Amino acid sequence: MDVMPKWAEVILVPLISLLLAAILSALVILAIGEDPVAAVKLMVTGALGSSYGWGYTLYYATNFMFTGLAVSIAFHARLFNIGGEGQAALGGLGVALACLYIPWPHWSLALVGAALAAGLFGAAWAAIPAWLQAKRGSHIVITTIMFNFIAASLLNYVLVNMLRPQGSMDPATARFPETVHLPTLHDLLAPLGIEFSRSAPANVSLLVAVAACIFLWFLIWRTRLGYEIRSFGNSESAARYAGMPPVKIIMVTMMISGALAGMMAINNVMGEAERLVLNSVEGAGFIGIAVALMGRSHPLGVFIAAILFGFLYQGGAELALWTTIPRELIVVIQALVILFTGALDNMVRMPLERIFLAARHRRAPKPERKGA
Amino acid sequence: MDFLTLIQLLDSTVRLATPLLLACLAGLYSERAGIFDIGLEGKMLAAAFFSAAIAAMTGSVWIGLLAGIGASLALSAIHGIASITFRGNQLISGVAINFLAAGLTVLIAQAWFQQGGRTPSLIGKARFEPITLPFAENVQNVPFLGPIYYELISGHSILVYVAFAAVPFTWWLLFRTRFGLRLRAVGENPAAVDTAGVSVVGLRFAAVGICGILCGIAGAYLSTALQAGFVKDMAAGRGFIALAALIFAKWRPWHALYATLLFGLFGALETRPDVIEQIIGIKVQGQLLAALPYVMTVIILAGFVGKAIPPRAGGEPYVKER
Repeated sequence: MDVMPKWAEVILVPLISLLLAAILSALVILAIGEDPVAAVKLMVTGALGSSYGWGYTLYYATNFMFTGLAVSIAFHARLFNIGGEGQAALGGLGVALACLYIPWPHWSLALVGAALAAGLFGAAWAAIPAWLQAKRGSHIVITTIMFNFIAASLLNYVLVNMLRPQGSMDPATARFPETVHLPTLHDLLAPLGIEFSRSAPANVSLLVAVAACIFLWFLIWRTRLGYEIRSFGNSESAARYAGMPPVKIIMVTMMISGALAGMMAINNVMGEAERLVLNSVEGAGFIGIAVALMGRSHPLGVFIAAILFGFLYQGGAELALWTTIPRELIVVIQALVILFTGALDNMVRMPLERIFLAARHRRAPKPERKGA
Repeated sequence: MDFLTLIQLLDSTVRLATPLLLACLAGLYSERAGIFDIGLEGKMLAAAFFSAAIAAMTGSVWIGLLAGIGASLALSAIHGIASITFRGNQLISGVAINFLAAGLTVLIAQAWFQQGGRTPSLIGKARFEPITLPFAENVQNVPFLGPIYYELISGHSILVYVAFAAVPFTWWLLFRTRFGLRLRAVGENPAAVDTAGVSVVGLRFAAVGICGILCGIAGAYLSTALQAGFVKDMAAGRGFIALAALIFAKWRPWHALYATLLFGLFGALETRPDVIEQIIGIKVQGQLLAALPYVMTVIILAGFVGKAIPPRAGGEPYVKER
């Protein structure tokens, strides 16, 4: 029997962890001689006070939804995919190739094609560590870390030596053609009569990310494969005993994870930059870890956590613009969230469990002792 | 390639291998005791910043070194509390530590020095200067051996010699002392150590502490010896290369030396593409060379060239009486 009621498990524990992270972040801001209250006010107005701010918040959130979902599904199989960064970079390569070399007649077709290419590239990049884990027992955390670095070198090589247009010094591809331009939220909302900032980068990929959240919920809790993934994550030996093939589960889970991370590229590469640049992922793959931990690996939790991190990201950019607080404040907050919701989870959980246990003992009469 | 170019190449190999070696040995202690540590990078970065910052303020590199070790130990303590005391996920804790260091160093650097996340350049006593070993100048004109002694062996900062001395010391400590035996045992079978009446928690904290000290020296070397001052993100993935070297060395001290020297050589070659072209006759892209340590580690991990088997209880928190 669980020690804690479900609501405490799902809401109370993450909330307390988050609160601790927030308190420490405020102390950090105080320590560098700034005012935390003013900083939060500036972040809120900068990220949520205008449709321009919302446009950026949602743009970042879209990235984090994809990478957060990627980490989440791997968590369900008790695999730690730390390679979202590399998989998203490879996804970007897929998007760039699809957009540059296929003459799409319309953006909607291009979006489908680019998403497929991104997913395929991301999945392929995750498949190698997955195969090594499943077949050779190489630790997936280490291999995915290595693959992040290999991806960075590979992309650097491909951009500088192959995809760079003639005469350009910039290690980046040519601009994608006008036909693959994705409609931004401004374009989407204008027909409905809603004014939305023209210059914000949030685009139709946000809807794809939301669809991916719903898809993942369905996959994990409503399909046979999802059941297998969860069983494998809870007890590998039980899953094996029940006849679920571990190699297949590891491979499929990691490839879905890689595909999700890769699909982030339809947002940042196709939707925003409209060309592939060096280091296009900008750490979103790692933020996915924080998002997945905070969202308790549940798609709804990931959705909420992604928007929160989108807010932090955009708010942090505003802070860096208007105050002397550097953008790295967000990295610190991200680290604290990972620390408290991930590594120090038991620190919050253990005392809470004790409180709930004590409360239950008081409510229920003490059970009679059996026998002597 | 002439002899002098070779010596220069090896000289920069030694320079670049030193931080890798220190971090690799740091990871070796921790992982041999059953605590995975992917936070080597963060600890090095924090140490690099604090040693440069304090050295710049006090003008003494030795106080800077102590500050760097202190910063690294503080992060080790977080890792220990999270993964030993609260039995959290060691990998997630390591990730958090890396980000914590990446963010805090820039934040504090900006607050202290207002130079865009860097420290002032270190000069004079605030840096580890190269040491000229005895008779180095006298023998430098002796053919063959002279340049080797003068250019390659002499003329490094004290931390380089510390790093190289740490290899036999680590071997001795781990394989010839009671503490070492217990430390290795706690990474293989903590229950057995516990049954023998030795504290698992104490041993693991000791290992994590040693790891912190070595990472601290590695970080201090980066900012006060290899370069003169801290710049943002200056660890530049070295913590992960050290991790790769650790796997490559299969968690053994002497092999750690060879692995880090090899990866140091790759680093040295990266800056000298002309040399590679001379030797193998093909132009090799620097980016591909940069990826080589990681590719080699994956191949080793995959067990295609001898299997790398990590300590058996690595990554698992120890719970008394299941």
